[in-house]
Amino acid sequence: MSARDIAIVGVAESDEIGKVPHKSALQHHCEAAWNALDDAGLDKREVDGLFTARYSPLTTGEYMGIRPRYSDGTWIGGGSFESHVMHAVAAIRANYCEVALITHGQTGRSARRPPLTDRFGVGHGNVFDSPDPNQPHLDYESPYGLVGAPVMYGLSCSRYMHEFGETRTREGLAEIAVATRAWAGLNPKALVREAMSVEEYHASRWIAWPFRQLDCCLVTDAGGAVVVTTVERARDCRKAPVWVLGAAESHDHGMISQMPDLTRLVAEETGPRALGSAGVKHADVDLAMLYDAFTYTPLLSLEALGFCKRGEAPDFVRGQRTGPGGSFPMNTNGGGLSYTHTGMYGIFLIIEAVRQLRVECEARQLSNCRIALVNGLGGLLSSASTLVLAAD
Amino acid sequence: MSSNPPPPPLPVPQPESERYWHGLRNREIWLRHCESCHDTYFYPRDICASCFSRDTSWRRSAGRGVLHAFVIVHRPPAPAFSSRVPYVAGLVQLEGSARIPTNLVDVPPDPGHVRIGMALEPVFEDVGPDTTLLKFRPVR
Repeated sequence: MSARDIAIVGVAESDEIGKVPHKSALQHHCEAAWNALDDAGLDKREVDGLFTARYSPLTTGEYMGIRPRYSDGTWIGGGSFESHVMHAVAAIRANYCEVALITHGQTGRSARRPPLTDRFGVGHGNVFDSPDPNQPHLDYESPYGLVGAPVMYGLSCSRYMHEFGETRTREGLAEIAVATRAWAGLNPKALVREAMSVEEYHASRWIAWPFRQLDCCLVTDAGGAVVVTTVERARDCRKAPVWVLGAAESHDHGMISQMPDLTRLVAEETGPRALGSAGVKHADVDLAMLYDAFTYTPLLSLEALGFCKRGEAPDFVRGQRTGPGGSFPMNTNGGGLSYTHTGMYGIFLIIEAVRQLRVECEARQLSNCRIALVNGLGGLLSSASTLVLAAD
Repeated sequence: MSSNPPPPPLPVPQPESERYWHGLRNREIWLRHCESCHDTYFYPRDICASCFSRDTSWRRSAGRGVLHAFVIVHRPPAPAFSSRVPYVAGLVQLEGSARIPTNLVDVPPDPGHVRIGMALEPVFEDVGPDTTLLKFRPVR
């Protein structure tokens, strides 16, 4: 797996991201695809592997005029895109396809009708809803108002605070909120860029205790796309390849009330598996892109992935360690917290990692970024999809 | 245009869960139990998710448990809950048994009054002509 034989050769967002009331979700998919293929210097007609979450690939394939010989609709939440990269690697190695296109587009903010799985105005059935009417979440959680990501993720955080201390956890969450916003200040595409003070964090209104407003990610409109191909094809692409050295995925539940242990992520397995297959140690990682649907999720992910021990993440992030100038750069695009978050954010983790590894990030560019770890999370802390990417 | 928000969704009993929902109507808590691995689990399914045995039965629970995790909801996550905030959503660990999603009632909805580990007892709340929900309150 640590062979440099499969590369990411194109990444892009859709034309406009943030508050975009004049573009549909499928337009975002298509613009991002166009931009990513342009980034790669590849023609759409060369795409023969199609990867889509939330929509069936039938719909994105139709919209973009793509007829793949490998089709993947893996949908395990916001980290589906990291899984798509893993699956693209497998499909390419098996000669089922050669040019894999992964796209995302969602109008989390501006959609013109509610999701079709909306029931009684409650909003979507679950963050990973499917159209079948047999939905345990709607029967066992929704009637109790156990609805929406802040409420459901908050359950896990309440347990973490109980086990490891409320005050120190709170301070760790504040560090992450402030540090991530500082990175957003350096990203022209971030939606919210004004510097955040710790005082401002602690004063933000309660959404669902233990989460304050500034613990929660944005809700935006955006698209993103990633193109994966062979080393041979990569040589003819426009930019330096970014190698996929390692990948791993897993999931152990769907809805939050079924999470086996509320403070343990399957990233405890996928992190070591991805790093191990890549032949990379934790100390080799120059950039961590960790899904931040909430300030809490990178905190938990740092422990699960093995960057620090269980319960130690609040100490690990102290002193703005993950922010600009800190010794452990994390979420350098400004994250789901301050850059963008449509409802499924994972593709943007990959895009930023690739840009850092290619030295394209200008004001927020890390010096000597050679290895990035990308950890997508999905569902209700349900799935983890971990990638290890390397600069050429 | 109606100014009344829609009500929260009612559960729809599936064939495999009818005994659970009808039990609540009778103020009884019936949970699935695996005769092979002895796990009492939630939510009801015919086949045990731990050991995949089909040898499963129904067992009645007294409903005593402790609070395992909670959230105090301030911003309604949907219009259906706008008249309910603030409310407490949580998970209850039933004694020797399963973990259940629920609401905490009869308790001030603030972190000073709600504690993980607090002892709870069941409250049966009729929310429709055929539907009863299982909620919990602190043991007095």
